[in-house]
Amino acid sequence: MLPLVLDQVTFAVNGKTIIDRVSVEIGAGPRTIILGSNGAGKSVLMRLCHGLLRPTSGSIAWRGANGGRRRQAMVFQRPVMLRRSALGNVVYGLKLAGISQRERELRASDVLEAVGLASVAGRPARVLSGGEQQKLALARAWALGPEVLFLDEPTANLDPGATRDVESIIGQIRAGGTKIVMTTHNLGQAKRLGDEILFLNQGRLVERSPIESFFSKPASTDADAFIRGELPWN
Amino acid sequence: MNEISLAFGEAGRLIVGLDATLTGIVSLSIRVSLTAVVIASMLGLPLGAAIAVGRFPGRQALIVVLNALMGLPPVVVGLFVYLMLSRAGPLGQFGILFTPAAMVVAQTILILPIVAALSRQVIEDAWQEYREQLRSLGAGPLTSAVTLLWDTRFSLVTIVLAGFGRAAAEVGAVIIVGGNIDGVTRVMTTAIALETSKGDLPLALGLGVILLSLVLALNAAAYWVKEAAQRRYG
Amino acid sequence: MELRGKWLFWIPFMTLAIGALSPVSLAQNFITVASTTSTEQSGLFKHLLPAYEKKTGVQVRVVALGTGQALDMGKRGDADVVFVHARSLEDKFIAEGYGVERFPVMYNDFVLIGPKSDPAKIGGGKDTLEALRKIKAASAPFVSRGDKSGTHTAELALWKQAGIDIAKEKGPWYRDTGQGMGPALNTASSMNGYILADRGTWISFKNRGELAILVEGDKRLFNQYGVILVNPEKHGHVKKELGQAFIDWVVSPEGQKAIAGYKIGGEQLFFPNANDKGA
Repeated sequence: MLPLVLDQVTFAVNGKTIIDRVSVEIGAGPRTIILGSNGAGKSVLMRLCHGLLRPTSGSIAWRGANGGRRRQAMVFQRPVMLRRSALGNVVYGLKLAGISQRERELRASDVLEAVGLASVAGRPARVLSGGEQQKLALARAWALGPEVLFLDEPTANLDPGATRDVESIIGQIRAGGTKIVMTTHNLGQAKRLGDEILFLNQGRLVERSPIESFFSKPASTDADAFIRGELPWN
Repeated sequence: MNEISLAFGEAGRLIVGLDATLTGIVSLSIRVSLTAVVIASMLGLPLGAAIAVGRFPGRQALIVVLNALMGLPPVVVGLFVYLMLSRAGPLGQFGILFTPAAMVVAQTILILPIVAALSRQVIEDAWQEYREQLRSLGAGPLTSAVTLLWDTRFSLVTIVLAGFGRAAAEVGAVIIVGGNIDGVTRVMTTAIALETSKGDLPLALGLGVILLSLVLALNAAAYWVKEAAQRRYG
Repeated sequence: MELRGKWLFWIPFMTLAIGALSPVSLAQNFITVASTTSTEQSGLFKHLLPAYEKKTGVQVRVVALGTGQALDMGKRGDADVVFVHARSLEDKFIAEGYGVERFPVMYNDFVLIGPKSDPAKIGGGKDTLEALRKIKAASAPFVSRGDKSGTHTAELALWKQAGIDIAKEKGPWYRDTGQGMGPALNTASSMNGYILADRGTWISFKNRGELAILVEGDKRLFNQYGVILVNPEKHGHVKKELGQAFIDWVVSPEGQKAIAGYKIGGEQLFFPNANDKGA
């Protein structure tokens, strides 16, 4: 599927421009972090890449071999669980992907084991804690064997312990060969998890740098202000 | 007050004695309304889901009309169905006027908008929560509708029970299309109407007590289902 | 889990649905008789029909409406037989080709009912027309069926015979309710008004309040019942053999005896007169 090529992508709603002529090529390999203050357009850009939104103008295309929806997955800030067991939620995604019934149950059990939720596999997913649900969301996405995994502020609502667990799981998924594209407004997390930074400000892609140089020697004044906490938070 | 205590006495006497006519009337009431609600649900739940999930021209107008049809006066439905099913009418050749089948038809028409409109609301609310996640997993509109129907099943059970209660409590439709024939199309509500007009008020009130008890039991069941589900499944 | 759960949901419902519809599919032999509320509410059919059903195995389904509605049902072909009590309307029914032949069955009488306090002072009289004139003169509340029923038709005829054009001369004391006999009696009872009722319904009416029979026995209060087979030439689906069989039984000595045998509190309600060809 990769690389994902965005060409002059603009997204506007009711006359308000949220994403402003963004052009970028996201390739396989480095863990890509999309950084920016609230309202910069990170979540919208993520949804445009994943295909949940269509650009108002410009194009988004998967230029690699056999492009298609099934080989990518997304984890949202708030996990959405179906009213069934934890295992059932993972199986649901696999069923949609066309996996056979036998294979579904096996894969689902394996992935729940890998994220440490084997003990609650049979419990109703909606009664699990926030951290458990987010780990379940990751498991559900992981089970699909995606080429690209999008994550939209996955730990924003979690306590530090759950955050550590989630970051560890992301690492495992990455180790399996999946490309990670993630948004966060937590600079520490960006440093821990990212290889390159896409920095957004007011809908424009202002800078793209490898992680080390972004934080030590930002190329743009906006990024510089952001790192020092001087950009408005909203 | 005296008449009311007479009514309870009469009701008790009839129930304890398992009066044959009474059990026949109650049994017919339940069978007619139950059949009607089953058919109305089989048609109305998918319809509600389709409208909730779908996007098509005239959707808003359809929702308004559906909501308005919830208030269809039973007696108007009865008149309409009578004209349809009369031998002089377009569907007369089936000969089902003045039989329980005609009563089922009338009550189905009465409850269908209720089931469809209320389920539409419930499913649309759930759709707001689930939409992005379902699309991300690759669920198309049809799959999403089916998934939502299952996920909102406890609220839908409440709606179905409400529909049943409405059917069991109405008299305007069934008395016109059924004819209140002794032993054939006499149900609780039409029997109450008859006994009242004969001036046998304790008997009418007694039947009324039984009908109220049924409605009360239904509402208790609906409440209990919702509560138990909430606790168990979240 | 999802798939299994779905079947758990649908199977019992489908079973119930099919079970619920079964009374319809098990339709036995039956005929539909359109009759009047007064006849049904008197309890006559409950007494008469089980005997017929037991003898022939044919279920007689009575839909009880006002005479006008019952005849209308016959015109639409929604009934096989009509059993009503309004001679003029019955003759018209046959003249217009909707019915085959009219057979007299039985008669009962109307009674003029009113509050025991009797503000119009008609109690004990034998002249219905004089009583009606007094009610009008006193502007005493009078409840009318107003529903094109046999009773209503009779009431209108009596006003006319008394020389009163009730449509023009009525005042607020005349309550046109558009109801069946039972509900109209309820209304009369609650407003202590006068009302013309058939004796059968009155005898089995339980909510009398202050009401009592004030005028009876006048030949003009005679109420004749007729039974007619709906014309199968107008409506091909009419069950003409079964319908005719029922009519034949009702006017037969056996049927007539059953009618005479119906009593409430020892009192006979209906008087069989199928043999009276002039009725």
